Amino acid sequence: MSNASGGYYLPEPSKWPVIGSIGLFLTLFGFASALPHGEGAVGDLTMMYIGMAVLIFMLFGWFGQVIRESESGAYDAQVDRSFRMGMMWFIFSEIMFFAAFFGALFYVRTLALPWLGGADNNAATNEFLWNGFQPNWPLNAMPDPESFSQYKETIGAWGIPALNTAILLTSGITVTLAHWALKKANRGALVFWLLATVVLGFVFVGFQATEYVHAYTELNLKLSSGIYGSTFFMLTGFHGLHVTIGAIMLTVMLFRAMKGHFTADNHFAFEAAAWYWHFVDVVWLGLFIFVYWL
Amino acid sequence: MSVSKLKKGVFGLAGTALLMTSSHALADKVLNMRQGVTEVSKDIYSLHMIVLWICVIIGIGVFGAMIYSMIKHRKSQGAVAATFHENHKLEILWTVIPFVVLIGLAIPATKSLLHLEDTSDADLTVKVTGYQWKWNYEYIDGPAQGVNFFSNLNSTHNEVRQLDSGKNPVEIDNYLLDVDNRLVLPVGKKVRFLVTSNDVIHSWWVPDFAVKKDAIPGYINEIWARADEEGTYRGQCAELCGKDHGFMPIVVDVVSEDEYTKWTSAQKAAAAAEAAAAASTRDWSKAELMARGEKVYNTNCAACHQANGEGLGPFPALKGSAIATGPAAGHIGIVLNGKNAMPPFAAQMNDLDLAAVITYERNAWGNDAGIVQPKDVKAAR
Amino acid sequence: MSTDTAHAEHHGAPSGLSRWLFTTNHKDIGTLYLWFSFTMLLIGGSMAMVIRLELFEPGLQWVDPNFFNTMTTMHGLIMVFGAIMPAFVGLANWLIPMMIGAPDMALPRMNNWSFWILPFAGIMLVSTLFMEGGGPNFGWTFYAPLSTTYGPPSTDFFIFAVHMLGFSSIMGSINIIATVLNMRAPGMTLMKMPMFVWTWLITAFLLIAVMPVLAGAVTMMLTDRNFGTSFFDASGGGDPVLFQHVFWFFGHPEVYIMILPAFGIISHIIPTFARKKLFGYSSMVYATASIAFLSFIVWAHHMMTVGMPVAGELFFMYATVLIAVPTGVKVFNWVATMWKGSMTFETPMQWALAFVILFTIGGFSGLMLGVAPIDFQYHDTYFVVAHFHYVLVTGALFSIIAAVYFWLPKWTGHMYSRSLANWHFWMSMIFVNLTFFPQHFLGLAGMPRRIPDYNVAFADFNQWSSIGAFGFGLAQLLFLVLVIKCIKGGEKATSQVWESAEGLEWTVDSPAPYHTFATAPEIK
Ligand code: HEA
Ligand code: HEA
Ligand code: CUA
Ligand SMILES: [Cu+2]
Repeated sequence: MSNASGGYYLPEPSKWPVIGSIGLFLTLFGFASALPHGEGAVGDLTMMYIGMAVLIFMLFGWFGQVIRESESGAYDAQVDRSFRMGMMWFIFSEIMFFAAFFGALFYVRTLALPWLGGADNNAATNEFLWNGFQPNWPLNAMPDPESFSQYKETIGAWGIPALNTAILLTSGITVTLAHWALKKANRGALVFWLLATVVLGFVFVGFQATEYVHAYTELNLKLSSGIYGSTFFMLTGFHGLHVTIGAIMLTVMLFRAMKGHFTADNHFAFEAAAWYWHFVDVVWLGLFIFVYWL
Repeated sequence: MSVSKLKKGVFGLAGTALLMTSSHALADKVLNMRQGVTEVSKDIYSLHMIVLWICVIIGIGVFGAMIYSMIKHRKSQGAVAATFHENHKLEILWTVIPFVVLIGLAIPATKSLLHLEDTSDADLTVKVTGYQWKWNYEYIDGPAQGVNFFSNLNSTHNEVRQLDSGKNPVEIDNYLLDVDNRLVLPVGKKVRFLVTSNDVIHSWWVPDFAVKKDAIPGYINEIWARADEEGTYRGQCAELCGKDHGFMPIVVDVVSEDEYTKWTSAQKAAAAAEAAAAASTRDWSKAELMARGEKVYNTNCAACHQANGEGLGPFPALKGSAIATGPAAGHIGIVLNGKNAMPPFAAQMNDLDLAAVITYERNAWGNDAGIVQPKDVKAAR
Repeated sequence: MSTDTAHAEHHGAPSGLSRWLFTTNHKDIGTLYLWFSFTMLLIGGSMAMVIRLELFEPGLQWVDPNFFNTMTTMHGLIMVFGAIMPAFVGLANWLIPMMIGAPDMALPRMNNWSFWILPFAGIMLVSTLFMEGGGPNFGWTFYAPLSTTYGPPSTDFFIFAVHMLGFSSIMGSINIIATVLNMRAPGMTLMKMPMFVWTWLITAFLLIAVMPVLAGAVTMMLTDRNFGTSFFDASGGGDPVLFQHVFWFFGHPEVYIMILPAFGIISHIIPTFARKKLFGYSSMVYATASIAFLSFIVWAHHMMTVGMPVAGELFFMYATVLIAVPTGVKVFNWVATMWKGSMTFETPMQWALAFVILFTIGGFSGLMLGVAPIDFQYHDTYFVVAHFHYVLVTGALFSIIAAVYFWLPKWTGHMYSRSLANWHFWMSMIFVNLTFFPQHFLGLAGMPRRIPDYNVAFADFNQWSSIGAFGFGLAQLLFLVLVIKCIKGGEKATSQVWESAEGLEWTVDSPAPYHTFATAPEIK
């Protein structure tokens, strides 16, 4: 496995990381300043936009350079393996990020709410603090409903969410078909299936956006709708963000495929995007089951 | 830091360094956990001693072997290194022995834990609520049912502990461990505490009872104690709860059944008088309101706005402030409902106390904005 | 810690500021990490000095209570995220490629980014001190709702600083895993890897598993503060204790993140100066893995008083005390390595021996804390403070200092002043115990942690502790002087440096050339 035979590609010094740090700093500092508590801070939204522009500039520059190096054949199999490991462990870290929110959801549903309702060693909690509180799920009668937006209705599983499940699962298949096409060096099919995946991805995001608008404007279901709204939007929101990122990654792959990048046996970037896509797919299944359905 | 402060500090350092060597300071030093006055606390103490001795014995073994080796197997002693680097028997042995020791430890620990978490069959229930930065006690049942009061840091201590107070804590008995109103409990009775909080997390800790339970806003935790000896027991808030976390002590008087009953009736009589006063719709004179207001201010407001009304850091001054000298309605509103870091006091005080403290704030330190009557507060609620 | 004098045949180091800003060289990046860490140690240490100054005598003399809390919080955060973690990453950068015969880290550009996020995160964190309402004042554990509803306005900046620190750690760890798994020289099987590499491999896994969870925790804080969610608010159906679960799911593995690489370091130093192979190499590996595994199921031992159901308390107690077993294996293996060795006591060995004894003391107090019923008395007192400074200062920090003394000649090409090193060691050794040992007594006597003022009965031990702290702080300045002198010059170091040092890093010149192992060495 280990053949550091001297061929391992070592990049020259690079300005991109530092630029990335500056972009990240400006983005976050600007964002924090723009939050309700940030009045009087040195930053503002302009700072955030500048930061985001710097970040995008960095991404183009950095990935552009990697693509050039890759296309020029600088990377051997060992470098390829490093990239693969990098991507795999990155996805693992993303899984753990979602695990935190899923953990919060399970904790609230199986422990905190029953406790507020007087379960286990919390009889006094219910009796003295929240008398009459019923731990239902989805929770609309919060312990103190006055401070929160009560919703009219939740989003049921068998409408658009079910459709979105079908869309995302289908896109998982199309991206695999694209991969097979690539392995058979069939560029036409590759582009076709990849395009299908990207379209499905953005349709999914579109549906999610519509649902959000519907929830906010008609159902009065908001982030501030107690713990149900909190977990609902946090989980679906971060998932939606990740689908968007994944779809952008696949779009880039689509353009690269059209430009003639990738060969049947050397296409790590494509695979990385595909893995990422499967990851958001699997997270969605968890969401569909635990957030929408059960 | 200012020069004077620096100077004071240097002298302080030198002075206390001297003090250290004097016998006065070496007296009554506590080295070990206290045994306390409940069955649970004694249990815990003996568990503590067991684990301590286990550690000491293992420590002597490990460090002994190490030091022996450092002395005997040194190169300067002509030691030549052996070549062994494995011994499965030994390795299994030193995995199994600690494991067995731990099981031996886990058994009594489990018993103690089950015992100390068992709040059933209590004789008396007291609800303990943490506030930034004081405690509220409410007797839920028993003869004192309905008795409900706040317990603040003793006001002298509160003055001494201010930055640059110029007063010496060494001269104060039980510095930072004394309160205005103590919790009073009967001896030999199983008391169940319902611990909760009104704002952030606090933790109600009385070392002599081995009772430490976090006060979580929105949830009630239960714990119990049965004190076997009469006496005064002191503790402190044990969870960081903001600026004055260090200044919300707990004092419990454990008294005989008789005294407890006496205390109970006294409390009830006082409460009734207080309620009558607060309920009366008469107009109060400025002097009456100011006198009462000053007391209320010093226990509830001075921690942030300072006794001199000048505020500190993020906490605004009241002296000459727009709110304390502007229209009364705005002032009453803020005290009732709070704002940012300022807690709402509507639920903590009756109309009379609120009227008094607002009057005080509007007329102390050179402010001159008229008085507020209890009925004004009532109307604003 | 500089490679200024290093001129490799192929291409040497570029010069000037851009060398450090743009570098993709693992040694340069390691150096950056180490200097960053040392700077943070000084800043975090200065804050500890403020704490100890205020606690020198009863009464408030120097700072107001809110600022005191800010100091405690920032001290904890800066030491954990700024001093200890980056120091270990710095050592990993310098050493892992050399130890496994790799030309560099697997992903050198990302390596640069992992580092260069840190100073920006540090600036963001420290800038909160100058904002209205002051910096974070809710403890390094930032429990809700003190940090959410009641947090100062600067808390949002603190949150993003934590996010940035998280990115940095995750990228750094990915890099280390990829390097270790993919870049080893031919013949170096996993079970032939040096212990430092092993411990870091496992640490990196822990980091990738828990840093995102911390990110999740601060994200929930952010939305609770700004967007109306109620994760940690009972009135909306949430629970403040949920925060603690999420935090400690990160927080407990985090403390092992700060000790596993230390175990690795000690496992290099003791065999070298005992002139005897490490006893029980494979059991060391298994013990490390067991500790890592157990670290995921003990988190609630920090929360024994929050009112968990008693079954939970029992489970977490059992799991917690179990960690003594694999940790014991490590300690016994070190002692067995010394046994019948041929020992000498060069500076790194002094620190390593101090580590073994003092870390074990810290471990013992950890075990005591682990016994749930007694923890009801110890919790949130100075007994806990004593415990974690024994494992963190005389554990993690001592191991880092030991590592620097061990590999410094390899980095700079010079030996350092033995007498200065002796001063540094003995002063540290005496003062650190004077600082932290009395804190056990303070805790047992009932002094809570995180308080700026205390009852007169606690005065003596606090004075000893403060005097110890000042002494220990001054001793660290000697270290700074020693390191700078060693970079500037000194007796030439050989490649081997220590008589019986073993490992690939000792086969290259001292100072190590800018590029090592462009062609992989062959492992027997
Ligand atoms: C490097 C960091 C580090 C390490 C290694 C440890 C190691 C351990 N810690 Fe510690 N701990 C902290 C850092 C660390 N801790 C910090 C920072 C806090 C406070 C956080 C905060 O609140 O701010 C804390 C707090 C803390 C608590 C919470 C206390 C409280 O708040 O009430 C507990 C409770 O169980 C605990 C337990 C343990 C245990 C059982 C170990 C074990 O791993 C120790 C195992 C080692 C040994 C036992 C010694 C060697 C073994 C032998 C020689 C074998 C034979 C021995 C026996 C069978 C006895 N720790
Ligand atoms: C991770 C590692 C780490 C390290 C290395 C240290 C190092 C030190 N720590 Fe601590 N500490 C923590 C982690 C660490 N700490 C954590 C996590 C907490 C909990 C925070 C919380 O409760 O939220 C804590 C809390 C804590 C407290 C409790 C505060 C409280 O509860 O209010 C105290 C009190 O004594 C303390 C002291 C010290 C001292 C004296 C040192 C010394 O070892 C420091 C020595 C270093 C220097 C001093 C720097 C070098 C010298 C100079 C810059 C020159 C100037 C020197 C002089 C003027 C003498 N620390
Ligand atoms: Cu209340 Cu600490
Ligand atoms: Cu822990």
